[in-house]
Amino acid sequence: MALHRLSLRLRGTVCHVRTLHTSGCGQQQEAVAVESELEPFSVFRTQESDPACQSEKHLGQFYTLPPAHFRPLFPHGLPYRYQQQVKTFNEACFMVRSPALEVISYLKKADYSKPALRYLFYGLKGSGKTMSLCHAVHFCYTQGWLVLHIPDAHLWVKNCKELLPSSFNSARLDQPLQATTWLRNFRTTNERFLSQIKTTHRYAWTKREFTDEGRPLGELVNQGISRVKSSSDVVGALMKELRLQSGQPGAGFRLAVAVDGVNALWGRSTIKKENKSAVDLEELTLIHNLRKLVKNDWVRRTLVLTTVTAVNKSSHPLTGFDSMDPFIPVSVPNYSEKEFESVYLYYLDRKWLQHPQSRTEDGKKELVFLSNRNPSMLDRICGFL
Amino acid sequence: MAASCVRTVGSLLGKCGNCSSNINTVTSQLSRRQICVSTALLKKNLAAAGPEKFTVEFIQKQVEEFDIGKRHLANMMGEDPENFTQEDIDRSIAYLFPSGLFEKKARPLMKLIFFPLHEAVQWGADGRPFHFLFYTGKQSYYSLMHELYGKILNIEKHQDRLRAKGLFSQDAKAIALDTSRWFTKEELEVLLVETISSHNYDRFIQLIERLLSMPYGNMEEEFVLQYRRPLEAQSKKQSVPVPERDDKGVAFSTSDGRRKTSNSSVVLRDGGSGRITVNGQEYLQYFPVLQDREQLMFPLQFVDLLGRFDLECTVSGGGRSSQAGALRLAISRALLSFLSEGEQETMRQAGLLTPDPRVRERKKPGQEGARRKFTWKKR
Repeated sequence: MALHRLSLRLRGTVCHVRTLHTSGCGQQQEAVAVESELEPFSVFRTQESDPACQSEKHLGQFYTLPPAHFRPLFPHGLPYRYQQQVKTFNEACFMVRSPALEVISYLKKADYSKPALRYLFYGLKGSGKTMSLCHAVHFCYTQGWLVLHIPDAHLWVKNCKELLPSSFNSARLDQPLQATTWLRNFRTTNERFLSQIKTTHRYAWTKREFTDEGRPLGELVNQGISRVKSSSDVVGALMKELRLQSGQPGAGFRLAVAVDGVNALWGRSTIKKENKSAVDLEELTLIHNLRKLVKNDWVRRTLVLTTVTAVNKSSHPLTGFDSMDPFIPVSVPNYSEKEFESVYLYYLDRKWLQHPQSRTEDGKKELVFLSNRNPSMLDRICGFL
Repeated sequence: MAASCVRTVGSLLGKCGNCSSNINTVTSQLSRRQICVSTALLKKNLAAAGPEKFTVEFIQKQVEEFDIGKRHLANMMGEDPENFTQEDIDRSIAYLFPSGLFEKKARPLMKLIFFPLHEAVQWGADGRPFHFLFYTGKQSYYSLMHELYGKILNIEKHQDRLRAKGLFSQDAKAIALDTSRWFTKEELEVLLVETISSHNYDRFIQLIERLLSMPYGNMEEEFVLQYRRPLEAQSKKQSVPVPERDDKGVAFSTSDGRRKTSNSSVVLRDGGSGRITVNGQEYLQYFPVLQDREQLMFPLQFVDLLGRFDLECTVSGGGRSSQAGALRLAISRALLSFLSEGEQETMRQAGLLTPDPRVRERKKPGQEGARRKFTWKKR
């Protein structure tokens, strides 16, 4: 098989996959160069690394994220296992799958003078919703939009170590740690916008600290990062600003909001107040602001992409359904046969499947059976092969 | 345990619970013959009695009494006396006499039980043994041999008579002997209620073969068949589930499997894509552990038919591992109908078709678990 010949050639150069060598890095880039010559042979890869140019003929193929995009785009937001895989393989490869492609095509064609459109990725556990979301986010980034990516709303709703009563509204509770981390990541992602956008209001954080009108957004963000206590309010202010400004026709940017695990916004929280009573989700500043952001009634030129982290029993509770409605649901299924082939070849190419039997037809059938073509399950199984 | 014939000395007992008269066990026997007729001996001398002859008539009488009692019981319960089965009897007795005893065998019972034969007292009050061959030591064995020989002589006499008349014909009907086998030595011992040596057993077989080899041996067919056991082992092969076709013409087969306390049933459809549904859920969801899915995969992978079938499984009881094991057995059984003989044999050798007999062992008193003893302290 041609692929076998390819892997033979690579075998001399590529070291054991699990260890990370800098020399290996260079050699893999050389391998990538080799592959670009042998493009007809690598059926599972495509050279089209711009999501805007990807179309149905690239379905099932992997494209590599350019490293320049990777660091700023995804300081957060990728599944943990995938991050580990990126570190191991030293490249970030996304598979072009139909849900993401569908949403990207909607994004291209959408009419932005109308109210904001919302898309929801849903599916079984481990079927690739977060990855599809990240793919769409990459597209937005390459188009030059401002990306507001919230990695996992569940993280905001549970296991909170610090809760402060809010300075802005005393009924609410703040989560300073989560807010600061998020602001930091936001800053990494959207560096260039921070100097462009100006605030429209005056925000007073404490008696002495305030941010004037007309200051660049970067200052706002820095304020939130440095002053941990008011960081949640900064987040709220930021969201309000972006909402207002992106709606105006004169604004120079488009806003894309991507929320992972949106069902957390309306579910239950495990955080408890000091007197051991459960915290209502309305009382959390971050959640409150997020809900406002996700609501449909604000305006144009924006987009909301969300995923639902799959719970085996219920999907969205009814309250969430009301506020999310109307939205466009996009289902993310398990791998199709072609996609499975792709992933299998990718792992073979990356020398991830070491067991000799995994290279046979029977081994492939076993993998299909054991993982039922579920992406995360397949990843876990191949992890120790 | 069997219904015996009258001639063996062992006793046969039909016991009915509370609806018929109580029959005592053999050791205490009712005397039928009074040895001394003096009035002083009003008390029944149990040892003086002869062996209670549990004759065929006696057994039949007991059975009739049982039937009458059964009809009474059915009338009492308001049910149809004609169709009153043993299960109905058990149910009614459990209802009429509710017992709180834990041991099921100690609860009230109304059933005809034929106990296995055991030895009765062999001699009378005067010390004189009943059987004429008592002093041989193995009276039932030697009486059997004696009887056999008597039959052989009878047959020979019959043959001579026929020859004398000129009606002797060689082509007598032979008894069908290929569906049965002779009793083994152990079975014969059970029948005769006494131990035999292997030499004795060989002689017995020789004699009875000689009886059969004689041209008119089929006269004693009924007698001979008593000492043969029908061979079930050959007919009891692995029953392969029959593949049926449903309305769309898809071949499917159903089978069950059991392991520990789980029961499962599987419908295996041909022409599928390898989709498996367990209790309505996807099997990836139902068995999140890899080991369980590997168990499911094993039969299909063994015969290399992984992507061909669709499975629809239901399973209940037990834990996750035993459910997986039960499903695996059911899948292997269902697969049998789609395989050739050789493949079935390989599956059997691989142990896919053997139900796992291991169950949880009972905890014993005086020990901490089934096997673990309490910590031993020297003092």
